Amino acid sequence: MSTGGRRTERSGRSGRPEESAAQDVAGAAERPLLDDVDGLLDEIDAVLEDNAEEFVRGYVQKGGQ
Amino acid sequence: MGFVGIETEYGIAVTGPEDVHPVRASALVVAAHRDLGGADVGWDYTEERPDRDARATPVRPEPPELTLGEAGTTNLVLTNGARLYVDHAHPEYATPECRSAADVVRWDVAGERILEAAARRAEQQLPDGSTVHVHKNNTDGKGAAYGTHENYLVDRSIPFGLLTRHLLAMFVSRVALVGAGRVGSEDDPALPFQLSQRADFFEVEVGLETTFRRPLMNTRDEPHADPDRFRRLHVINGDATLVEEATFVKVGSMLALLDAVASGGLPDPLELDDPVAAMRTLSHDPTLRATVATTDGRRLGALDLQEALLERCERALPAAGRDPATRAALDGWADLLVAARSGVDALFGRNDWATKLTLLEGFRDRHGLPPTHDRIRMVDLQYHDVRRDKGLYHRLVAAGRVARRTSEEEVVAAVDAAPEDTRAWFRGACVRRFPEAVVAAGWDSVVMDLGAERGLVRLPMPEPGLGTRALTQAAVEGAHDVTDLLRRLDVREELPGQLA
Repeated sequence: MSTGGRRTERSGRSGRPEESAAQDVAGAAERPLLDDVDGLLDEIDAVLEDNAEEFVRGYVQKGGQ
Repeated sequence: MGFVGIETEYGIAVTGPEDVHPVRASALVVAAHRDLGGADVGWDYTEERPDRDARATPVRPEPPELTLGEAGTTNLVLTNGARLYVDHAHPEYATPECRSAADVVRWDVAGERILEAAARRAEQQLPDGSTVHVHKNNTDGKGAAYGTHENYLVDRSIPFGLLTRHLLAMFVSRVALVGAGRVGSEDDPALPFQLSQRADFFEVEVGLETTFRRPLMNTRDEPHADPDRFRRLHVINGDATLVEEATFVKVGSMLALLDAVASGGLPDPLELDDPVAAMRTLSHDPTLRATVATTDGRRLGALDLQEALLERCERALPAAGRDPATRAALDGWADLLVAARSGVDALFGRNDWATKLTLLEGFRDRHGLPPTHDRIRMVDLQYHDVRRDKGLYHRLVAAGRVARRTSEEEVVAAVDAAPEDTRAWFRGACVRRFPEAVVAAGWDSVVMDLGAERGLVRLPMPEPGLGTRALTQAAVEGAHDVTDLLRRLDVREELPGQLA
């Protein structure tokens, strides 16, 4: 049970996709959102760095603050 | 609300026929921005004192010396008042001073565009087939970490110890709302995912260092402003955020909490038994169920802590007295908290960790890969690529799956123009109008060359709220040269180096 319930009346957001209310189900066994991301996964496959494993293994930073 | 800026060290790597050291790659990127039309004005290091510690007795700074500073193409002051430079083998972009979370989001995203364009341009200095990869992230997953630091101007009269006690629980728990997420852990390579890129790198609660033994609360005391009245809180524990709502809430919630501390209306601080351990505990549980011990004997989860902090702020800052920026910050914080209570699906598109985790799990399922496989790590990394045609965050925006707070028009404008309501405006305007006469500039100074007879003059700017467009535009645009400019600003020329 969420102690944040009284906050749901707040407004003040602009410009965001409208699906969140429908997804407001705690403990759902399915992940409907994952089906929606199929198209996104297609695109990831298309743009993901060629030789991804090699790139990741070679990605070393000196580090900073 | 006060003044805020974000400085981001970007990851950099070059692929192609030639091995390019990251220091050289970073220098090429900064030089490329200058070549693209950014003015060639270097940094004034006179007031840099990173070794000054907030816990020591305050010392009045030495009178400023006139110096050229280390002008050069690895350290630029930009026409938007920002700083673009090479720091520890990373290109770094520091936003100009802003007066709101909304503005700092805009100038922070402008920095991403600057890095994207400069990286592309830098490739022209390299053999065919070279690609300069720039990532807005904080770790290479191999033990190195680099920072995204928030800087908040606070009233000097607030005791540093009190600030610390009020802020530690915020630093630790905000990973649940605004963490960027990462595959794996420094402590446990088999950990599939955690909420924060930086959590594993913090080892102490309070300290001066930033590159090792990192402290949650950094004591660096370098206000770049009147040291009697101002303190610059240097917050090093946050992640670089791409989702603009996350950046907004990260900064807005901090501004609200700092206002609440300043108001004197907060009860005793909400404190944790072991903040350093707590940050890792909370970061390592993407289900948001983990709890940590408070000094008053409770166990609270990350969202419980965030909710408690938000409620305290709301009570300390009565609704009637809130300005629009404060109202927006508190509303934004509350909205994201509501989404977080609903779970990762509700957070998709609202912050980076949940967006990224959804992609990682989908990709993992589709390709039947174990959670820390190198291809999964590549998805984690490429999420942060600044190229809008390659970065996975940007692909999500293009697909309409992640909302932005800014328009591209206002971000493009912020690449060239400074915020109008801080001293960044004067700094940027001088760089634009008098690039040959502005020898160097820093956060709290502009060094001008008045010519052979008068020589160099350093104009101190200890007030972040002066040097605004309203106060200085007429002088800047009407002046024939910098000597005329100083005259129009009513500055006493007979005291070079001590100009008011």
